[in-house]
Amino acid sequence: MTHLVERGNSIDAMDTKAAGWNRPPIIEPDGEAELLEVAMGPHHPSTHGVFRMDLALDGERVVRLKPVFGYLHRNHEQIAEKSSYLAMMPYTDRLDYINSLSNNWAYALAVEKLVGQTVPERAEYIRVILAELTRVQNHASAIGFLIQEMGASGTPLMYAFKEREKILDLFEALTGSRMMCNYMRFGGCRVDMSAAWLDGARKVVAGLPGFIDEYEQLLSSNEILMARCQGVGILKPELAVNAGVTGPMLRASGVNYDLRKVDHYGVYDRFKFRVPLGDHGDIYDRYMVRVLEMRESIVILNQALKEIPGGPVMDPKAKIRGFRPKPGEAYGRIEAPKGELGFYLISDGGTSPYRYRVRPPSLINLTVLEDMCLGSNVADVVLIFGSVDIVLGEVDR
Amino acid sequence: MKTVEEIKAAIEAAVPGAGVQVVMNPGPSAQHSLLLEPSRAVEIATFLRDDSELALDFLSNVTGVDYLAREIAEKVKVTRQVAKVVDGVEQMVDETVEETRKHTQTGYLETVYHLFSVEKKHGPVVLRMRTKNRTDEVELPSLTPIWRSAEFQEREVFDLYGIVFKGHPDLRRLLMWDAFKDHPMRRDYVEPDDFEYEPTAHDEVLLRAKEHKAALEASGATSQEGTGAAL
Repeated sequence: MTHLVERGNSIDAMDTKAAGWNRPPIIEPDGEAELLEVAMGPHHPSTHGVFRMDLALDGERVVRLKPVFGYLHRNHEQIAEKSSYLAMMPYTDRLDYINSLSNNWAYALAVEKLVGQTVPERAEYIRVILAELTRVQNHASAIGFLIQEMGASGTPLMYAFKEREKILDLFEALTGSRMMCNYMRFGGCRVDMSAAWLDGARKVVAGLPGFIDEYEQLLSSNEILMARCQGVGILKPELAVNAGVTGPMLRASGVNYDLRKVDHYGVYDRFKFRVPLGDHGDIYDRYMVRVLEMRESIVILNQALKEIPGGPVMDPKAKIRGFRPKPGEAYGRIEAPKGELGFYLISDGGTSPYRYRVRPPSLINLTVLEDMCLGSNVADVVLIFGSVDIVLGEVDR
Repeated sequence: MKTVEEIKAAIEAAVPGAGVQVVMNPGPSAQHSLLLEPSRAVEIATFLRDDSELALDFLSNVTGVDYLAREIAEKVKVTRQVAKVVDGVEQMVDETVEETRKHTQTGYLETVYHLFSVEKKHGPVVLRMRTKNRTDEVELPSLTPIWRSAEFQEREVFDLYGIVFKGHPDLRRLLMWDAFKDHPMRRDYVEPDDFEYEPTAHDEVLLRAKEHKAALEASGATSQEGTGAAL
């Protein structure tokens, strides 16, 4: 039973050579009534924080949408230029505060590229385990928020948080903090995983497939979810690539681009896993890609927890005090749960970076928000926005 | 994937007189970059995107960098003729002396673009463009018509660094509010003097708040709304 209603987006048959093909379509209001201008946010409950969309409505139909950012701007990048490399590690937790461990990894990876630092094998496995646990809890809560925005207040979100809480307990046992983990270091990790922690992690991972099965049984063929999500907020693959969309959103449009497979950073080339892709690029595909990515993460976790070798978690030659990289620059990126998270660093030989730049997936995925929303109903805007999966701490930096 | 020199040769074959320079990266990451002539950048970018071998269809990262004007001291070896007495006879002899010469390099703003290929799964190719100076000639061409992902990122560079992108469809501030005057990521940025908003001013902050208040009263101004430090 599928409701694939073609409505909303009018980007059909793109000619990728024509000028302006990648701009949002111009929607002509059809009635004679005046356009209604609505500022959605910055304190709207569906905006995941402080974010505003300036909408122009023709009846229920959206004819213009301009996102407004900056309510949470604290010039993260300038703080970095005034502090040392290591002192920025806890600040990266605050970018995408749901996935602090992936942020740590991306930053550590960029600095390691900048100084040519190697990482011991055990630390690489630890990073993979933590990054995949992070991905599972991010996708679970992203789906929970999406359902909440559909109007199912509270209960489904608490279902999603049930398993997320177990993962956060693991993080707390290892790093001392549920969300602000501050765990990775340049050349390894801060503390080792104990055997008891690994056993606990195996137990939690063993419970995850049952949780996803239960969740899917409740949701995947739910009539309301299908009616609201299928055929809504379609994103075409050509536009997705051109607009720099990454992560589950790009793969839901059918583009096979997963940095774990492309860059082989860390030890991802040792694990067998598949990259789920969507065919329609609508909200339902984004939901489904996230569910399937959770399943693939469990596959990776099972392999990593089985094969994790012994040894040090920190390169003994890694320099910690007086850390001054030689002049040069590096761009390091990882497949964070929300998309490509990159760090671009320029060193002039000093103790703090000359230039420190975060490539935020949340902000760049919002580039196509207007294209996806134009022509659809204002009620769908909430859902389309929810399916992008953003965190304002990273959008505004 | 092609090396930077090969990409440079390919660009020069496709866009005659492109004037591309290679900027070497001395660090271990070895991500070398190509410095583009701003007037030809759109042509070069279109070629890089549409070329079947490079197919750089994905612009990942756009950012700005600020380089202040700086004094460069160079040690130069100078040879000159000096009169000397050799074997009791006065002769003109060449003598090499080391001299320190100083010159000022004008500051400039730079944009950096990191390109990847989703189709061919390679990258990064790093492009750079530089403005003529930091004050009045800060225009660079926008690459948003070629890669849409530059739209918000170029707005951010415009906001925080003050580079004006010609051809950008919607160039407004992204993170700061519209009435804000300065560009906070510039290296000589001075924070606005708004200590009157400090809720619990104490110690050093209290002192600065008092100074600020006195300065305000002296100038006769009443409100400070939306003022950054003057450029």
